[in-house]
Amino acid sequence: MKFKLLGLLAILTSLLTACGGGGAYARVIVAGSTSVQPYSEILAEEFVFLNPEITIDVQGGGSSSGIRAASTGTSDIGMSSRALNEDEMDYWVVEIARDGLAIVVNPQNPIHELSFEQLQHVFTGEITNWGEVGGNDARIHLIAREEGSGTRGAFEELVMADGQFITPRAIVQSSNGSVRQLVSSDPNSIGFLSLGLVDDTVRALDLDGVAATAENVISGTYNLFRPFLYISREAPEGATAKFIDFILSPYGKAILAEEGLIP
Amino acid sequence: MALALSSISALALITIFIIIQGAPIITEVGMFNFIFGMTWAPSQGEFGIFPMIVGSAAVTVGAVLVGVPIGICCAIFLSEFAPVSVRNFFRPAIQLLAGIPSVVYGFWGLLFIVPFIREHLGGPGLSILAASIILGIMILPTIISISEVSLLSLPRQYKEGALALGMTQWQAIRYVQLPAAKSGIVAAIVLGLGRAMGETMAVIMIVGNSVALPQSILDPVRTLTTNIGIEMGYAAGEHRQALFATGIVLFIVIMILNATAQYITRRK
Repeated sequence: MKFKLLGLLAILTSLLTACGGGGAYARVIVAGSTSVQPYSEILAEEFVFLNPEITIDVQGGGSSSGIRAASTGTSDIGMSSRALNEDEMDYWVVEIARDGLAIVVNPQNPIHELSFEQLQHVFTGEITNWGEVGGNDARIHLIAREEGSGTRGAFEELVMADGQFITPRAIVQSSNGSVRQLVSSDPNSIGFLSLGLVDDTVRALDLDGVAATAENVISGTYNLFRPFLYISREAPEGATAKFIDFILSPYGKAILAEEGLIP
Repeated sequence: MALALSSISALALITIFIIIQGAPIITEVGMFNFIFGMTWAPSQGEFGIFPMIVGSAAVTVGAVLVGVPIGICCAIFLSEFAPVSVRNFFRPAIQLLAGIPSVVYGFWGLLFIVPFIREHLGGPGLSILAASIILGIMILPTIISISEVSLLSLPRQYKEGALALGMTQWQAIRYVQLPAAKSGIVAAIVLGLGRAMGETMAVIMIVGNSVALPQSILDPVRTLTTNIGIEMGYAAGEHRQALFATGIVLFIVIMILNATAQYITRRK
């Protein structure tokens, strides 16, 4: 029995060493913002197809934890969907794209447009009924993201004035996907999410008469957008640098543009 | 021996770790302000978890209101009325209920219970009520199996004596067997409370997670567990400490519940 166990151990150990000893094989870990994650996955898939000797691991976790992971070296690249704050300034940073922030409602909602001020008052909780902004007489179900989320941070920075805060009565969901799922199923809800993730299950509202589209972000008429950043502890080398060069190449930018981002 | 110790040391390690991580923020904010503070806004340095304590209490009480009557009736049925063949089918079926992963409960709740509440009762659907119903179902296996065991472990003479005195079967259950099995049933309820209070994944999906005091059972709330679950990915610094401190509060509450359950079962 003991010998059998030892034998098994020996086999396992040799297998493990065999895996670890692959020559030109390289692995890049990318972690952070759940807003950037789906795009990184698409880019990684394409990149790995072109460079089969490199593996790219894309993980979520959120902007703050992505920045932290990059700073400690737990991941090679950290993804952030918010600008870095002062104590995070020492890292190596590149903006891979810009992303619009869409205000979304259920397609059944008769509202197509809000003014900037109405939007602020809806999210501070001063306006609680759709009737007050010209819609049905129904309570507004606010859906926000959790504290620390890059998307929430961007919304607060871009929409809320100083001293205005998202009301604590808002429902909180922990990903863009669940915000979209909830808005698509609740006719009286309103939420915000990455413009690239808007599909036909939800409707993006016009703001002050300007439609939420990539073209309007580029032309500067639609103001709600934020940077998508890749962060690294030091200037990247090897496989990591290769991956970032790929993203910044015309081909990489074309992929991002096709997915709804603004390169 | 070493293996036995390792499980205890895991408990000790976890306890020490969450206290070391969470205690600084409690001393900084002050115990009273932390527990009774009404505002939770970590980015503005506000750490008050009172709305979440209310949220946890609300969904837990709701779960008990849903789960306990059903659970006890089911236990009585299984121990007193069910023919052997039915019992042999029901018992494993109920155990199976305990084996369903909580994320499946949450997903089911999100797709069926939440829209049902939204369309028929109003509100956003994500609510105390939705969480209470799901948790009520999730605590059934605990309540049924412990109550059933305590009913079955009663001496046969209790029931036979009661029936011999001319009581109907229902009277015997109501006035003799249930009171005699009381400690086991109460322990079952307390363990169910602990289970409901500690559940996270299913609750995150259906409770709405808003950090405000609820005004009705159709309002969304945040519980202590979902506060940790929903924000841990993004938390850093003081925010992270505050989540650990939330864990300390939760830990203490659940310890008290489990200790109460043990005390009640031992006392008889």
